[in-house]
Parts: sequence; structure tokens; C-alpha cells
Amino acid sequence: MSRPTNRRQDNHKIDWHLPSISSSASAHHMSRELFVLTYGALVAQLCKDYEKDEDVNKYLDRMGYDIGIRLVEDFLARSAVRKCRSYSETVDMIAQVAFKMYLGVTPSVSCSNTTENEFFLMLDKNPLVDFVEELPAGRCSLCYCNLLCGVIRGALEMVHLAAEVTFVQDRLKGDDVTEIGITFLKKLEDKKHKRKK
Amino acid sequence: MTVHNLYLFDRNGICLHYSEWHRKKQAGISKEEEFKLMYGMLFSMRSFVGKMSPVDMKDGFLAFQTSKYKLHYYETPSGLKVVMNTDLGVGNIRDVLHQIYSNIYVEFVVKNPLCSLSEPIQSELFHAKLDGFIRGLPFFSARAG
Repeated sequence: MSRPTNRRQDNHKIDWHLPSISSSASAHHMSRELFVLTYGALVAQLCKDYEKDEDVNKYLDRMGYDIGIRLVEDFLARSAVRKCRSYSETVDMIAQVAFKMYLGVTPSVSCSNTTENEFFLMLDKNPLVDFVEELPAGRCSLCYCNLLCGVIRGALEMVHLAAEVTFVQDRLKGDDVTEIGITFLKKLEDKKHKRKK
Repeated sequence: MTVHNLYLFDRNGICLHYSEWHRKKQAGISKEEEFKLMYGMLFSMRSFVGKMSPVDMKDGFLAFQTSKYKLHYYETPSGLKVVMNTDLGVGNIRDVLHQIYSNIYVEFVVKNPLCSLSEPIQSELFHAKLDGFIRGLPFFSARAG
């Protein structure tokens, strides 16, 4: 897989308000290993249930989507951020606030030079693969962390931004880095409730 | 100072929750029509405020006030709308509405996998927590003020 060379770094500085901790946050402290191991067990079970890699990827994405549509409300409640004015602000928000809040890592953001709606999140450290050495034999096209793509997609949809989210590069598959690509499609509009005559 | 009633709408206009504490006069139409009227008004008001704003808009529509009551509005980026009618003695309560969202709605509805997000909220726990929270507000008085 060749690495695309048309990239530019977005370097604008934004003053982020640190997310306030919700009153129940202390009750939700959980061991990180437990979370990572649980995720691994989930993927392993899906691999047992479905033979094809595409099916496992699809179900991981779907589960992620169901998580994302609710997780976004928790994110909005705890971070109390204002509406983002642009796609790049939104992606910055995801990388610097949301990823930090939920996974404790901050991916770096870059944007494609060719398409204005395409952004890339490069994950230096991915806590979900802490205990994974390599993909099992016969599972070469498994996107181990595809849940993350579904989460981002679901969350964006709830704030009226349709997007396609996929893993552009994956260390587990032999690439140098792990990179998530977010491509924004058209904006979804609010539906006005139809009045019954 | 008191709270009259509270509405919760989702992004599609469905009224997820309604409760009232001191309401002396009803609207004269069915509850379903009342919710649709309220949502339609809010939707129109929000776009009106944005369109007609003479300066760059920041938060948009916040509240309106009549000679007898004040309607407070809070909307999350995910489209959830909290509407509270209080009497005139109450100032800016956006942080209260945000607390209703983050400490009650998110905690007891969003995080509950059995609660569907696009239907009126059935959870008794949510009703109880919301009621307790409203009654505990500093501007809520048990006697209709």
C-alpha cells in the first residue's frame, strides 16, 4: 500500500476548554487493561462467529455506530463544547478532546490536499492493540479496531455530519502507521415534524 | 419565583418528555398538538433569529419573555432541545438546562441501553430524578408564586 504524499498539516491553535468531569465520572473509573482485554475478547468472539473478515469488520462497525450515537451525548455533556464551525474544527475536536477523554491518546490531524472534506487521524499509540502482536493467520484483512470507525461515524451523524470513516493504514496489517480517514459527505438536515391536518 | 413546566424534544421533533409543576391555564388543544406547536415555533424561531441577526450569531435563540412568563431554550449540537417555562423573576438559566441534559438525560436515558432515544421516555428513574432536580432548584417554590 503506497503512502499518499498529498498531505498538509493543520496547525491553527485553538484554546480548548478542558472538559469538566461529570459528577459520576469517579464512579466510572475502570482498569484500562480490563477494557482492552474485553475488546480483544469481543473481536475474538466475532471471529469465531463469522468466517469472512468483511463480516467481522461490518459488525464491528455496526456496533461502533450504536455506541457512537450515544457516546456523542456523553461527550457533549461532559465537554460542553460549542457547535463547530468547520470540518477541520470538528476533526480537531475529535482528535484533541474526544480521543483524549475516552482513550487517553491524541492522534495528530492532517488534511488531504486534493479533497477539502477528507481528513486523516494518525494514531501513534493505539491502546486497543496493546496486547495484540499480529493478526491471526487467515485474517489478513481484519480491521481490528473497526469499532472506532463506527463510533466516529455514529457520533458525527448525530451532529448532522454524514461521513465515511475507515482505516486508511493499519500497523497490524504491515503499514508503518495506523491512520483513520474521515471523509465528510453532505450535511444532514434537521427534520421538521410534519403537522397532521 | 417558580418553574411552570418543562419540555424535552429530540432532533426530529418528537416530545420525549413533558412535566408541569405550576400551570394555571391549559392551552386548550390536545397535548400532541401542543407539542407540535411548541416544536414548530422553536424551529421557526431558531432559523428566524439566525437569519435576521444584524451581527454574527453566537448562541442563537436563548429565551423569550412575556408579561407573565419566560420561556428558556437550550439546544445541544446533537439536536436535543430543553424548554423550560418559568416566571419572570428567573434570569439566565442556560447552565441549569445544561445540567438537566448532562446529569439527568445523559446519565439516565442515554446510558440506559433499554431506553430508546427516539421515543418518549418511559424510565421512572428519569422522571424521579428530573422532578427532584427541579424541585431542588433555588428558583423553584412549592407555592405557585
